[in-house]
Amino acid sequence: MNALILSAVLGVIMMFSSFLLKQKPAVRAVAISGIVLVLLVNLLEMTSQPFLTVDTRGLLVFDHFALVFNTVIFAAVLLYFLLSAPDMEKVGGSYAEYFALIFFILCGVTLVTSFTSLLTLFLGIEIISIPLYILTGSDKRNLKSNEAALKYFLMGSFSTGLMLMGIALLYGAWGTFSTEAPALLASMPPVLVVAGMSLVFFAMAFKVSAAPFHFWTPDVYDGAPTVFTSFMATVVKGAVFAGFIRLFDHAFGAQQPQWQFWVAVITVVTLFVGNITAVFQQSVKRMLAYSSIAQAGFMLFALYAMNAAGKEGILLYTAAYSFASIGIFAVLARMNDYTFDGFNGLARTAPLVAGALTVFLLSLAGIPLTAGFIAKFYMLKAALTTPGSTWLVIFAVLMAAVSVYYYFRVIRAMYFREPGESPAPVFPGFFKWTLALLALLVILLGVFPELLLGRLYF
Amino acid sequence: MIAFFLILIPLATGLLSFLIKEEKTAKAFALLSSLATLAVSLLGLTLMKTGNYLHFSAPWMSSLGSSFTLQLDGAGQVLCLLTAVAYPLVLLGTWQATYKNAQQFFGLMLLAQAGMMGVFLAADALLFYFFWELALIPMYFLSSIWGGERRIPVTFKFFIYTFAGSLLMLTGIIYLQAQTADQSFSIASFYNLELSGKEQSWIFWLFFVAFAIKMPVFPLHTWQPDTYEQAPTATTMILSGVMVKMGLLGLIRWLMPVLPLASFQWGDRVMIFAIIGIVYASLIAIRQNDLKRLIAYSSIAHIGLMCAALFAENNSGTQGVMIQLFNHGINIIGLWIIVEIIERRYGTRKISELGGLAQQAPVMTIFFVIIALANIALPLTNGFAGEFLMFNGLLQAKSNFAVAYTVVAGLGIILAAVYTLNMIRNTFYGEAVVLRAPVTDLKLNETIALSLIVILILWLGIYPQSMLDLTEQFSREWMNKIDVSHLFRK
Repeated sequence: MNALILSAVLGVIMMFSSFLLKQKPAVRAVAISGIVLVLLVNLLEMTSQPFLTVDTRGLLVFDHFALVFNTVIFAAVLLYFLLSAPDMEKVGGSYAEYFALIFFILCGVTLVTSFTSLLTLFLGIEIISIPLYILTGSDKRNLKSNEAALKYFLMGSFSTGLMLMGIALLYGAWGTFSTEAPALLASMPPVLVVAGMSLVFFAMAFKVSAAPFHFWTPDVYDGAPTVFTSFMATVVKGAVFAGFIRLFDHAFGAQQPQWQFWVAVITVVTLFVGNITAVFQQSVKRMLAYSSIAQAGFMLFALYAMNAAGKEGILLYTAAYSFASIGIFAVLARMNDYTFDGFNGLARTAPLVAGALTVFLLSLAGIPLTAGFIAKFYMLKAALTTPGSTWLVIFAVLMAAVSVYYYFRVIRAMYFREPGESPAPVFPGFFKWTLALLALLVILLGVFPELLLGRLYF
Repeated sequence: MIAFFLILIPLATGLLSFLIKEEKTAKAFALLSSLATLAVSLLGLTLMKTGNYLHFSAPWMSSLGSSFTLQLDGAGQVLCLLTAVAYPLVLLGTWQATYKNAQQFFGLMLLAQAGMMGVFLAADALLFYFFWELALIPMYFLSSIWGGERRIPVTFKFFIYTFAGSLLMLTGIIYLQAQTADQSFSIASFYNLELSGKEQSWIFWLFFVAFAIKMPVFPLHTWQPDTYEQAPTATTMILSGVMVKMGLLGLIRWLMPVLPLASFQWGDRVMIFAIIGIVYASLIAIRQNDLKRLIAYSSIAHIGLMCAALFAENNSGTQGVMIQLFNHGINIIGLWIIVEIIERRYGTRKISELGGLAQQAPVMTIFFVIIALANIALPLTNGFAGEFLMFNGLLQAKSNFAVAYTVVAGLGIILAAVYTLNMIRNTFYGEAVVLRAPVTDLKLNETIALSLIVILILWLGIYPQSMLDLTEQFSREWMNKIDVSHLFRK
């Protein structure tokens, strides 16, 4: 709760700082100290020492899972600010406003991870989406950025419409917006519930870019300025997944037999489309967009299985995927050439960056001793403990083997090819060491996953 | 503790090696490290043979049901000894080879050794999987950076093949863990599992594909000749001499005792594939003009025989495999050392471009002939003891076609004689071909490495009991674990 209030306040502070602070480093310093503060406040709330206690009247419940999840999200944003904040200067003139929008998105994220009412879920999703539309189009002079923003806005509004309609139908069936009461209902749901549930399901699947609702993703991720793609593909996606799982766990847990099969279908399609299309990409940025679809396929396992391993897994997965992707995008934003050839010989010109990048890519591919492996491990375990899912898991691991192909293309370019003629990208010292630290964190989570999972049950 | 040090020494020295500046120092450092590992492993076979020294356990990832448990059993002893012996031989035998960024090359080689030791020692399924992958990644970089012209696509194929297999194995491992009584990955819990026949069949194939790719068994062998050809020779030696044994160890320790029913049920099918592979690979080997590819195909045939003998499920076959695990590694490293010498000195490894080397390099010829004869299992060489036991085992297999299997596999031996003798004739004898470089005989380091190999070949050929004793108890216990006859008596 404290983090929610603080991040809203910080959003306003950042808006004012745009004309109060003339120096960009000063703006950056305020933003970074702001997110540190949010993180600290959230950690204090986790250890039951909140500054404020607010009665949310059953609209929000900050349970343990929500708090741990928010901690992961805020930590990811902190790392994101440390690595990518200087690159936001290149996007456009409204430097402080970008931070303001990001803090508003964090408000939405806190709502989405802790809602107990369909209304707060809707509010959270919208608070996340609207600033994202703006961030996507923030590179005003770039046609691609404009196109992406418009596309995102149109498709996003459409899915919002679906969601609202679904919520209306559910309200008609239940007589309440609360997600807690319906669990008591009998297992045979009326038509209204099934229809409402399907609409909400489609809308959420759109937001996490699960196939076949993924068509906006590559264009939007590719068109948006790279620094904001990073944020969209990691923090936002993870948070919406948390909301997705929370919704289906609390509100539709009793109907699991009805929707489980359809989640399996969507998972298979998402894994297939994401991985196979990523193989054919020539631009690393587009490859990462498709890879984010593929990773969403793995995250859907948590929804499919909906058991303890799945919920622990989604936490680890969000951390592993966000940390690795933030690192890769941060490097990508500094590259002159977004194609695979642009990475040629990076190991020669910037060995530390190439080393860290290799760790991130290995983590995304799910190689042992990185966080990505443990995350995938939990997902597979969650699915395998659900009876009759072996075929799904075998399909998923074959797709994971495909994913190695496109992740390792970057490694191949960096290590086995000669540097190109274009000038090598420049990485400042602070950036390099933060990146190395992030890589270390990815390995640490892979070797001692208890560091994070232990927090879930203390 | 012995078990722990076998992993720790190469791991630590491998990481340290990256910090070394000079090439010469890196090479010497790697040799010293490998000698230290060899000393420790010999200590584990002689003075400190008791359970306390061979067992190591520490808590790790307990929330997942895993632990850092190592165990040096009979098969593990043979393979750890092989790994420990192989590295000094490889480093000595290729002492003249130069590498760009040598410190990285030797660092990765040692890391791969740590990974392989881990695979041979792990008594926890998740740990086994970790080491399985950790052995693979240094190999990927070694072959892709220092390999031949087509190294990048070829190595990539190898990597994807192996990775796909290991992910299927991971699925099987997680499934089995969920079925254990204590939700644990420890090998003891896996051995106590009692799964239905249908479940066993599923898991069997998930595991078998991973191991079959690694060994490799026909028809999953297509990555192997290309990779052996393109990888730098020192890496090829480790790949073919030691790393392929990971697949066999997987069968011995993780597949057949855990899934005895499915192993019995599908054993016949596997043997057919393995035996097709023997004949197929031998036929292709006859037509090869490249020495490296010839040896690569011959290796497929040898490994196929070991795989078939394991599934014969009797004591003779098993003991044959145990001793052959070691023999095959030593012999093939010996062959590679000489191929490497030929290629480095004369700039070619095409059989058609070579000839008459025996006149100028008699010492090398003697060594090569002895090792090649061991490779085709002539009596009094180490290959004979192993292959004899394996054929004996194959003949006694509980299959209706045991005799047919033995005869067809025996064909492989004849074909092996054809291609091996052909190779010797065309390379070392016959008309001398004008070579780009003057032909010189062996250097001191090469003589030492090859003499050691020949001593091992003759010793194990004349007195194979020294190795058989090592694994005798293990084989008997293993036979009890995979025995399914009590299920039919009920």
